Amino acid sequence: MSSESALSEKATPRESANTPYEAIIGMEVHAELLTNSKLFCGCSAEFGGEPNTRCCPVCLGLPGALPVINERAVEFVLKAALALNCQISRDTYFHRKNYFYPDLPKAYQVSQYGDSAIGIYGWIEIDGENGGSKKIGIRRVHLEEDTGKLIHATGTTSEVDYNRSSVPLMEIVTEHHPRPGFDQIKTAGEARDYITKLRAILTYLGVCDGKMEEGSLRCEPNISVRPVGSEDYGTKTEIKNLNSFRAVSRGVEYEVERQIDVLRNGGRIVQETRRWDEESATTASMRSKEMEQEYRYFPEPDLLPFHFDDEQIEQLRASLPEMPLARRQRFVDMGVSETDAETLIEDKAVSEFFDAAVSHAVDVRTVTNWVLGDFMKLLNQHGVPINQSKVTPGALAELIGLIEDKTISGKLAKGVFEEMFNSGKSPREIVEASGQTQISDTDFIREEIVRILSEPRNQPQLQKYLAGNDKVLGFFVGQTMQATSGRANPQIVNELLKEEMEKLR
Amino acid sequence: MSFKYDGFMTAAEASKALASREVSSRELTQATLERIAAVDSKVKSFLKIIEDQALSQADRFDANPQSFPGGLAGVPGALKDNICMRGIETTCGSLILEGWQPPYDAGVVTQIQDSGSVVIGKTNLDEFAMGSSTENSAYFTTCNPWNTRHVPGGSSGGSAAAVAAGEVFWALGSDTGGSIRQPAAYCGVVGLKPTYGRVSRYGVIAYASSLDQIGPLTRTVEDAALVMNMISAHDPKDSTSYPEAPPDYTKSLKRDVSGFTIGIPREFFGQGIADPVAQAVMDSATVLERSGARLIDVSTPNVGYGLPCYYILAPAEASSNLARYDGVRYGMRVEAGDHAEMFRQTRERGFGAEVKQRIVIGTYVLSAGYYDAFYLKAQQVRTLLSRDFEQVFSQCDLLITPTVPTTAFAIGEHIDDPFQMKLSDVCTSPVNLAGLPAMSVPCGFSDGLPIGMQLIAPAFAEERIFQAAYTFEQATDYHKARPSI
Repeated sequence: MSSESALSEKATPRESANTPYEAIIGMEVHAELLTNSKLFCGCSAEFGGEPNTRCCPVCLGLPGALPVINERAVEFVLKAALALNCQISRDTYFHRKNYFYPDLPKAYQVSQYGDSAIGIYGWIEIDGENGGSKKIGIRRVHLEEDTGKLIHATGTTSEVDYNRSSVPLMEIVTEHHPRPGFDQIKTAGEARDYITKLRAILTYLGVCDGKMEEGSLRCEPNISVRPVGSEDYGTKTEIKNLNSFRAVSRGVEYEVERQIDVLRNGGRIVQETRRWDEESATTASMRSKEMEQEYRYFPEPDLLPFHFDDEQIEQLRASLPEMPLARRQRFVDMGVSETDAETLIEDKAVSEFFDAAVSHAVDVRTVTNWVLGDFMKLLNQHGVPINQSKVTPGALAELIGLIEDKTISGKLAKGVFEEMFNSGKSPREIVEASGQTQISDTDFIREEIVRILSEPRNQPQLQKYLAGNDKVLGFFVGQTMQATSGRANPQIVNELLKEEMEKLR
Repeated sequence: MSFKYDGFMTAAEASKALASREVSSRELTQATLERIAAVDSKVKSFLKIIEDQALSQADRFDANPQSFPGGLAGVPGALKDNICMRGIETTCGSLILEGWQPPYDAGVVTQIQDSGSVVIGKTNLDEFAMGSSTENSAYFTTCNPWNTRHVPGGSSGGSAAAVAAGEVFWALGSDTGGSIRQPAAYCGVVGLKPTYGRVSRYGVIAYASSLDQIGPLTRTVEDAALVMNMISAHDPKDSTSYPEAPPDYTKSLKRDVSGFTIGIPREFFGQGIADPVAQAVMDSATVLERSGARLIDVSTPNVGYGLPCYYILAPAEASSNLARYDGVRYGMRVEAGDHAEMFRQTRERGFGAEVKQRIVIGTYVLSAGYYDAFYLKAQQVRTLLSRDFEQVFSQCDLLITPTVPTTAFAIGEHIDDPFQMKLSDVCTSPVNLAGLPAMSVPCGFSDGLPIGMQLIAPAFAEERIFQAAYTFEQATDYHKARPSI
């Protein structure tokens, strides 16, 4: 190649160092379905296991073995397609996607191609970067089988584990060219919100556990950038190995900036797959995708087409559980702030805990503060999911009750909660064991005393005391005991009253 | 022993002899093994004999004959070597699977074992069931028992020859474009391709999944009915298996053909059909007419597209089905630098020329840019063909045609002319494309080689075929003729 032609590949003059760019981000998500068995055989679909212990002639693709569809997997994808506002294909069928790789035992992946997908043309609502909501168009929701896993052993040999082979996988792809009325994902924040919202929907449906770290939810964004105002799309790169929400936003952000940098420096984007490296927080080229793979899709002759009738679809639609956005609205209607409601619904289990706690007729805001505050902090510290915590919604409600009826102060309650979290004991049990039902909480008693002393109707008595009438102390002890339903420790009340009244001298 | 075995007793007769305790299954099995020892060096039907397993299956029957009520209980037969049997080497006639022992039984093998029948060995075939002569077998070519210089047909040539030579009472073949019926016609035996879905494909090494079907090769129509009773069933492991229970096919043998209208589709008697073949089939139609059937001329205008259509769709599916033989998990592996190179060299050495040619054709017709012109078009033609058959079956109950245009050709005659070889599927492959049942029944000889006629019925109407074929057999002596092997 001559230097002239190399130069000709450089940026056009209008793409100068000051050209503002925008990113167009497509999302391809693979969700492993929570079925007990694999897609075409009775083998366990559970994660893990000694290599090649969850296999049979069917998922190993032995000669002569034939697939039988797991109907539950079809139902799961149908549910997801409905929840993602898709059109449902009344007749759906499978294709073979043919390619050679050691982890693909039949040398074809049973998948769905084109409009034979179970769901097409749906959308998902996300929060736009600049406020307001955005409707992101979904092109297709389809069912396919997972592949095995290549283990690169030492030296010149490799090993393959087929435990994951034929585990049911749902693929959800956004639209590249959006339909009128729908938006594209344009920022890293929106990409993160997309995967957050999608994960919530899938976990609410109970079709996927959404564990990005274990790979049961995999997100492969494709990214291109273009000068703002341009209608053409730039060259895409795809990012793999994004194992958390944080990695999605950081990875996309890095890649967008990298592409803009390349273009601003007169370079050219290569169509390729890039791998996100968490440690260096960069992406690096894995393989070029310049050559379009030839998959030779054709209808899978070993499986019969599926037909869904309207009644079946409507029945399933009616059986869908409350979706995250509806739950968020319900929480807001209950008096939770928009921001808190958003945090509460992100994790299905958290929202369910909240719902259960509130059902004990305690104050909604107090519950919110406890769940999103102390509780969340402890859960994160210990790495425990909320539904595996020793604290039950009823116990939290009981604790809040103890504060409300002034058995303990808010400050003491924090310690009680920590003990509840560690031991699983009920708050009343903890409080009684420590003798704290008789109020000995000095802060709490002092608060009450300060309040009583500041009350206008008590000023004449206070003046008497300050004038030297010590007997008036008895009056204030009585007032304090009354305010604490007689449970305040009288000795502490006496001492604190003296202290507080002395301060007013 | 008082029992005298000449190799040509029918399966039904053997079953009666077992029932009357005239003979034990072990004796029958040993007699069969002796017959194989005597003639198989000339016919070369078998890739593998499983003497020990066969005898233990026979003993299992002899120990408790009452618990196996099936018509073929205790009666030895053979499997085409593309049918998986647990622990028994299954090669599919290919080097790439040499030594491979399936860890599971095919659906039909389970049926056979449940019925107490005996499998004596695995028969030769064209590699991956691709061929019309067994000349594509990676191991050897089977000979036609009627004239060992001629081919037995294929791809189920080993099964057809074994039955014709009196080596076994029954055998299973597979039929994708004619691979049961064509060798049945060449070897002068009965061969039935059942309706697609009637017999389980589970454990049958796939050639073209939407066309493959297992069926019997036997010396008589009655024996074919007994095999069908043994192997047809719904198999939940095969999604394309027909869910309804099969009828008792032997009951059809008691009915004649009076009231039947038999169509003679003129397109099947056109160019390329040898005169003696056309003549023998027309004479057979007359035999059925004398037995009470009415003959009418019918037309299946698109049937001429059947063969080209078959040679697009079958290789397309094959190119995908055979992609799994990559050396990673089983069978042959040629060690090479990286995995891609290992795949390449394993497949280069493991597959024969015909298989490679079909993989290349299949890959081509599925490629982007060619899919619509070839694969999709062929699927459309397939639909038209099915409609042709639906249309003629509104006028008649059965069709009668030649099975193959000629009698068995000489070994090596077409080896350099694959096109001529493939023409032998012209009358049979349209039937697979439409998914219909069809049987080849011996109906004559030309120069000492057998001629077969094909009876085609609507889907799941095998009983009509049995009725007509049995009636014909009772009225003629072709099934009594024996090769002097």
